Amino acid sequence: MTVDRVVLDAGGQAPLLPVARDAFLAALDEGWADPRRLHSEGRRARALLDGAREALAAAVGARTEEVDLAPSHTAALHTAVSTVALGRRRVGADVVVSAVERAAVLHAADFTAARGDGRRVTVPVARTGQVDDEAFVAALARPGVALAALQHANGEVGTLQPVAAVHEAARAAGVPLLVDAGASLGHVPVGDAWDLLAANPGDWGGPSGLGVLVVRAGVRRSPDRPSDEDRWFPGGVSVPAALAAAVALESALAGQAAADEERRALVARLRERIPAEIEDVDVAGPAEGRLPHVLTFSCLFVDGEAVVGALDAAGFAVGSGSACTSSTLEPSHVLAAMGVLTHGNVRIALPRGTRAADVERFADVLPGVVRSVRARLGVIDL
Amino acid sequence: MTGDPTHSGGGAGAPDEVVVDARGLLCPAPVIALARAARSLPEGARVTVLATDPAAAVDVPAWARMRGHRVLETTEDGEHLVLTVLLGPAKAR
Repeated sequence: MTVDRVVLDAGGQAPLLPVARDAFLAALDEGWADPRRLHSEGRRARALLDGAREALAAAVGARTEEVDLAPSHTAALHTAVSTVALGRRRVGADVVVSAVERAAVLHAADFTAARGDGRRVTVPVARTGQVDDEAFVAALARPGVALAALQHANGEVGTLQPVAAVHEAARAAGVPLLVDAGASLGHVPVGDAWDLLAANPGDWGGPSGLGVLVVRAGVRRSPDRPSDEDRWFPGGVSVPAALAAAVALESALAGQAAADEERRALVARLRERIPAEIEDVDVAGPAEGRLPHVLTFSCLFVDGEAVVGALDAAGFAVGSGSACTSSTLEPSHVLAAMGVLTHGNVRIALPRGTRAADVERFADVLPGVVRSVRARLGVIDL
Repeated sequence: MTGDPTHSGGGAGAPDEVVVDARGLLCPAPVIALARAARSLPEGARVTVLATDPAAAVDVPAWARMRGHRVLETTEDGEHLVLTVLLGPAKAR
């Protein structure tokens, strides 16, 4: 017996888009060679790689030479923070971040701030997950700030951040702003309010093993790795992955408006049904001002891993920010910063093309799954 | 035994201060132990929970918000968290 799988966990790595798979396979034949070599095969790989960078640049309104390809989104974020911090070490070593940045940004900020004898300045968020923009602006305007980092939108809860207002203030203060668009690019317009932009091909339906970092001309940075022809990401990246990522992004952007409308309606449906049909649910994030495809909620008195396991057995792949049953892991720092229940958490990111019938079936199954986990824990009467 | 409420203070039969020792329990067990203790207590009673699970620092206030209680104080006592909750109306529980 086969169970129809329904993937509702596309955040960070969506199912590979068919056009991206085709491009990847074609590039394995055409672009297998080392793009640094001078022979015909090498030049063909180089042309594919340059074409991919050009397409990615066009998609975010940048010049091709401003686009660097990284071996992962994490590497792109680490390098963005560490190279700018090094380049601006004479200005200061503090790094201003929101409390809900991706762990890679927080860790890179800790790492580089400590190295330069500075500190990570963490700006709190409201219950909705939106950063306190006045506090953020005040923090980045203080002396000694190497850079500031504010995500375009939060990938766990979907909240859009006030990047335009923050970028304007950052520019006035002369502080470069890193915008992590890892959860946004390919889903919503990311605008031009950034000095460095990081994006994640896996999130928009491209392959894994690639990250994108776009750096505006004029941002001061210094390499902090051994010298290499690929200055910022030594060793370069996979040509097939780069080509597939660019093709996937073009496809995602071409269908962005339609996918936004469809997925926004499906998430709205879940936001309506889940609290109505399950008792004691904490739905995270705002109803408006959010990514179209992301939804997170927590069920009181339930362990998140048990819900993920039970849904998996029922054919649904979902994520979780809970760290129950593990004494070594911290729960999601995003939920904690928002003050949202961290246990019993279910995280959903709908892939493009998610069918309404599957979402309804998920909403049909979910109350029974939560009830059975609650029954097993003996908390139905609480 | 961990997770069991211990009554302290208050008059016999009508305790108004209860301590739940949830040290060593992993989420969601500390909140469950707290909710179980709260169930039999009147509005206005204070319940203090001791927990080593870091999730309790967020989950106890979130539970309180969802059920109409109020967290009066959160402190750290060496290895564990201490949260004191003022219970709201029983019907909210």
